[in-house]
Amino acid sequence: MSTLVEAKELTRFFDMGRDQRVHAVEKVSLTIGEKEIVGLVGESGSGKSTFGKTLLGLHDKTSGDVVYRGEVLPSKYSPADFQRLAAKMQMIFQDPYSSLNPRMTVGEIIGEGLRLHSAASIESVKEQVAEWLRKVGLQPDHMSRYPHEFSGGQRQRIGIARALILEPEFVVCDEPISALDVSVQAQVINLLGELKESMGLTLLFIAHDLSMVRYVSDRMAVMYLGSLVELGKADEVYFDPKHPYTEILVGSNPEPDPNLERSRPSTAIQGEIPSPVNVPAGCRFANRCPKAMDVCRNTTPELIALEDADRLVACHLYSKLVPG
Amino acid sequence: MSADGNKLNADAPLLEVENLHVEFDTYGGTVEAVRGVDFTVEQGQTLAIVGESGCGKSVTVQSIMGLIPMPPGRITAGSARLRGHEVLGRNRIDGKEIRGREIGMIFQDPMTSLNPTMSIGAQIAEPLQVHRGYSATDAFAEAVHLLEMSKIPEAAKRARQYPFEFSGGMLQRAMIAMAISCKPSILIADEPTTALDVTIQAQILDLMQDLQKETGMAIILITHDLGVVARMADEVAVMYAGRVVEHGSADDVFYRSAHPYTVGLKEAMPTNDPALQHELKPIEGSPPDLFAPPRGCGYCARCPHAMQVCDVQPPSDHFLHDHHFSRCWLHHEQAPIKPETIYFKDAKA
Repeated sequence: MSTLVEAKELTRFFDMGRDQRVHAVEKVSLTIGEKEIVGLVGESGSGKSTFGKTLLGLHDKTSGDVVYRGEVLPSKYSPADFQRLAAKMQMIFQDPYSSLNPRMTVGEIIGEGLRLHSAASIESVKEQVAEWLRKVGLQPDHMSRYPHEFSGGQRQRIGIARALILEPEFVVCDEPISALDVSVQAQVINLLGELKESMGLTLLFIAHDLSMVRYVSDRMAVMYLGSLVELGKADEVYFDPKHPYTEILVGSNPEPDPNLERSRPSTAIQGEIPSPVNVPAGCRFANRCPKAMDVCRNTTPELIALEDADRLVACHLYSKLVPG
Repeated sequence: MSADGNKLNADAPLLEVENLHVEFDTYGGTVEAVRGVDFTVEQGQTLAIVGESGCGKSVTVQSIMGLIPMPPGRITAGSARLRGHEVLGRNRIDGKEIRGREIGMIFQDPMTSLNPTMSIGAQIAEPLQVHRGYSATDAFAEAVHLLEMSKIPEAAKRARQYPFEFSGGMLQRAMIAMAISCKPSILIADEPTTALDVTIQAQILDLMQDLQKETGMAIILITHDLGVVARMADEVAVMYAGRVVEHGSADDVFYRSAHPYTVGLKEAMPTNDPALQHELKPIEGSPPDLFAPPRGCGYCARCPHAMQVCDVQPPSDHFLHDHHFSRCWLHHEQAPIKPETIYFKDAKA
């Protein structure tokens, strides 16, 4: 599998003035292969969305690089860069209510990309919009309606059509289903799966629903407070978590199975995710970690490969620094 | 306890809701949000009400709490009795008093449910002053104690802070502290963890279970997350289009699901049990329009097993055993397929 997108020590800080900086994403390295689905999980505030947006150039990079098909992308996009790359890389947003312009018709929303990026005539834009509406399970005559006339699931389909009409190669799905009901979630997931197959898409699937990420993804990446703590095949990460944080995350994920839930010990973690402003030295999870050692509070653990090169963990429990 | 306390009959069920109907007048017409809901909650039990948005689960508990704005809302039929005492109806002052003391409620979004201009401690103290007649100082001291019970560190300091100084998980703890302040016999939790991360969700659910063990209160948990239901519930009521379509113990509903909607919900979710791996099977379509509710079964239009009768006549209760019922025509003896054949194939059943 050849690499499509690669983040190299990608970092994004937000300045808050008075020497305060939010370390939203710090030195995250991740390669995404062609036609692969990588799931990205973590609590709110872990930097998942910022990572996705920085990858697409929607945020400027503070440092680090994004390499796309061998090309190092600029750290700050010019309008020409957006024009060029938007046709290749797209995003599906979390909230289907605020991500669609309420003053534009669905036809205008979905067709906007085509109008800006291709020389297609008005008729041909209309035709393609109609075709895409059909592809995402809506009616072509929905084109003249406004977003408020649709339900959440239907709006998410509109968002998907808007992102995919330019036939991009790489799509960041930022919590595409978390605002939807269970029965509708499955509709949207299956639709994404079908389109992924037919178009050969590569997806970064950001979500906090671990079961869904495991179901959807080939590989799963876990972020905590701006840094990547674990990466591996989705099933392996879920069923055999190595990082203490992943273990807790999986342990807190309630399963729809009463017997299992009754027999499961409570793994509730103490405390909450700390502020990403001026993060402490050492492992960022150390103050909540049940297995924290002295070294964790001083030295930041590197992402190291376990048995096979596909499985990466950033934790001193697995580093050579610690005897035993 | 004050004089009206003895109106409560200790032998009656803790909360008994019967044939509840709620409507709302809107510009588009009348919405029949709740169309006949029955359930009973006993002391120390957790009842989970599950369903999609718009199925009437929140309206059901809000009408018990007297939180339905009237107009436009209207309770057209039904009753809700707390230890035999009717609590429905806005104008019943005594109903209000009993509700305030005996039922505590927490909401989905703690950020918007708390008053941003009052300190957390003062907000928790308020119901104690209103319903228990505490003095302001005593109530505040009790508020600090309640925050400690809700496992908020440095409770005395936190009680003087305002909601914006709390994180989402901490706010939900403060909400719980407020809800249990009058030692209610029922805690209603309306999607208490939907806005929270799984790790914080686990903390809040643990806290609710601990408090239940300590105080013996009943919990009515409203959620759409079957995982949370599996973790918390003794009894489960599955709602669809304003009606309860299946009701039973958690084991009955999960392992011996008897309604196609319950089966559909389970099949629409990914499972992490290797023995049960399956493709996600979405429930096609969307819930019916409750401006003009279907004559027959509400689930008919989306049901893969729908028959002619389903469209015309609502199914009656079919009891699989004493405490497990399903409202589906497939249970009728003349149904062409046996409901057993649609049950989710569960290795552990």
